[in-house]
Formats: sequence, C-alpha cells, structure tokens
Amino acid sequence: MMTARGRGQVVCRSCGEVEPMGRARCPRCGEYLDSRDETSIEKVWAWLLVGLIAYIPANLYPMLLTTQVFRTEEQTIVGGVVELIHYGSYAVAGIVFFASVVIPVGKFIVIGYLAVLMSRPRHTSDPHRLLVLLEVVEFIGRWSMIDVFVVAILSALVQFDVLATINPGIAAVCFALSVIFTMLAAQSFDSRLIWDRMKDDTQGAPGHV
Amino acid sequence: MTDATAEIGDTARAAPEDTLIGCPICDAVYRLSPETAAEATRCARCGYRLTLGRSTAITRVVAIAATNVALMMIVIFLPFLDLQAGTFESRASVLEVVVGFSSGIMVPLAFAVIAFILVLPILRFLFLIYALGPILAGAGNLPNAKGALRWAFKLKPWAMAEIFMIGVAVALIKLADLASVATGPAFWVFGLVVLLNAYQDSFMCRHTLWTALQDNKR
Repeated sequence: MMTARGRGQVVCRSCGEVEPMGRARCPRCGEYLDSRDETSIEKVWAWLLVGLIAYIPANLYPMLLTTQVFRTEEQTIVGGVVELIHYGSYAVAGIVFFASVVIPVGKFIVIGYLAVLMSRPRHTSDPHRLLVLLEVVEFIGRWSMIDVFVVAILSALVQFDVLATINPGIAAVCFALSVIFTMLAAQSFDSRLIWDRMKDDTQGAPGHV
Repeated sequence: MTDATAEIGDTARAAPEDTLIGCPICDAVYRLSPETAAEATRCARCGYRLTLGRSTAITRVVAIAATNVALMMIVIFLPFLDLQAGTFESRASVLEVVVGFSSGIMVPLAFAVIAFILVLPILRFLFLIYALGPILAGAGNLPNAKGALRWAFKLKPWAMAEIFMIGVAVALIKLADLASVATGPAFWVFGLVVLLNAYQDSFMCRHTLWTALQDNKR
C-alpha cells in the first residue's frame, strides 16, 4: 500500500491535499500539516480521564430540581429514567437511558480500549473493526447532549411560581463537560496509527471495500 | 450513487491532469483522473469516502446555507413552545430556553447550550456563504476564505441542532402530565432547518469544495 509517509509526503487532514514533508501548513486550505500526531494517545488519555472525572458527579448530583407547592424534589440522571418508566413512557425512558448512560459508559470503554491497543508497538486486530469502533464513538458521542437540552427546556418553560418550578442541578454542568471532554478525546485519536501499528501488513493490502 | 473503488496511482502511466488525493484516515495516496475524481470514490484500504461525486455541489451548499440562515432568524424570535398549566401560561422562544439556565453557576452552561444550538449552526452557514458565495457570483475569493471553509467543516460535530430537537421531544413527554404544551411556529421552522442541514451534508464533498476554492481567481 502506498502511504503518504512512505512517499515522503503528508496528507492534509482537512482537505486531502498531498504535500511534501516538512511544510508547516497546507497551501490549499491553511491547515497545519502533520504526518503523524505523535502525542495523539497522550491527548486521548488526558481528555478521557477528565471526561470520566466529570461523569462521576454528573451521576451523583441532581440533574433537575423540581419544586411543586413548596416541596423540592431532586432528580438524578438515573432517577429521571426511573420516573419515565413509572409513567409508562418506556420508549422515551429507553432513549434517555441510552443517551445518558449506555453511550457515555460505552464511549469510555471503547476509547480506552483503542488507546490501550495503540500504546503497544504492534496490534493484531482487524483495522476495519477498530476504525468502525472509532467512527461509531465519534458519530454517536454528541447525542449524549440530549439530557442537557431536556434540562434546559424544562427549566425555561416550567416557572410557575408556587405551582411548579424546575431548575437545573449541578449535574447538568458536569454531564455537559463530560460529553465535551469525551468528544475531544475521540477527535484527538489519530486514526492513521491503526494502520501504522498493524503486526501483519498484508491486512492492509488494497482490495475492494 | 455508485461507489467506485479508487485505484492506486500507477506513476508510470500518470497523466499530467491527474490529481493526487490522500486519505486523511489511513494515509493512503491515490492518483485520480479528472473523470474518477468527479465520481464517488472510496479509499481501498479503510473505506473513507474520498470524493462524494458531487461536482455541482457549490450552488446547493450555498443556497441551503442562505436558506438556513434566514430560517434561523425566524427560530430565534418566534415562540418555540407554549405551555399552559391552569391559569399559568409560559411561552418561550429558543433564546428564552437558554435564559432558563442563566443564574449563578449555570451561566457557562447557558452559553454552551446557546452555542451548540444557535451560534455554531448559524456560524457554519455564514462561513459556507462567505467562502463559497463569491465563486457563484463570479468574484474572487474573499480574505481568509480558506479559514472560513476549514472551520465550516471543523465545527460540524459541535453544531447540535438535531440533538436539540430530540431533547425537545423528550421534554414534551416529561411535561405531558404537568401542563398542556403546544408547539409554536419556531418549532416547525427549526425542524425544517435540521432536515435541510442533513440534506446539505450529503453535498459537502471536501474534494469538490476545496478544488473549487483553489481554482477560483483570487
């Protein structure tokens, strides 16, 4: 397989232009050129770690503060899902549970797995499988924001003095930060490492996809 | 749309008008003839879509971006949701939805939400118009058109209008037993923006747009 690095060239990650190595910025689109991001995995670990740290208070503290007739109820992420099940809205409960629990936890595991594999000098995994994992994480990660937006809408609309008010809890901030940090973790991952570090290079032979 | 597998360049038989195109995902390099570059091609090694086969994309990208900017202005100022509980009524535009957050420690979150659902989507549309509009008008590139187009691509994951719409749906169901909720005009206009945005993404062929920007006279 002919890679840009093998030819002494760099591919611009923004526009696909092929430039000789050593040039700082792409003449076509102005993006910084970098044959490989050598600190990619360190950045991934750093963002993932802060994402994980923010995810803990996001689950322990209340997401929503509902005040109805002088009585305030605090609701965590999982508490909100339980309430939806209680009301019989199983589909919505499923969406919220998936967006706020399954996606974030799945993301931590998948990004961590990819980073561990890339920390070794060689891996024997199928590169296509690893790329699919990375793409799924990048595509689906932003959808975790659903719960933050739900809190924003509820607290804007439900402000009826003593009858009922809804206010955002501190967990909303923590959860939003956790989503942002893990999105940055996935974006920091240099996918070219997947092919560089294959043990058996014949897997990368050209073929129809 | 048919997917043509990109053939690896044979340097010996290379024609002068061929373009070199690199895969940003796996670093493979291809030599494409002008005909192949106009079609949809995939990287033979990792499957990344090198070109989308949208050689006439620019008109549509700019037209949809301009439409979406106009629609977003409607979204900002018209009522989005209308809530009634007994004698209480509250009507909120999208901007007010964000004001709900704006007390104390929640202020940064309010800014983040407004950025994700309004500012970044609108900024993306404006960048696309700024970078590609002059090409349609037959004029030279505006200063730093490169940067505008680059950021239009980079901001894509951070523009979350479609996610906000799902959030609205969930919020409506949560509110159902507390109050009666009616959707305002901005709700439907915002839905239209989300659909147009998804349609526009299918035309955002990096190769086509960057080549057009490069070939346009300065």
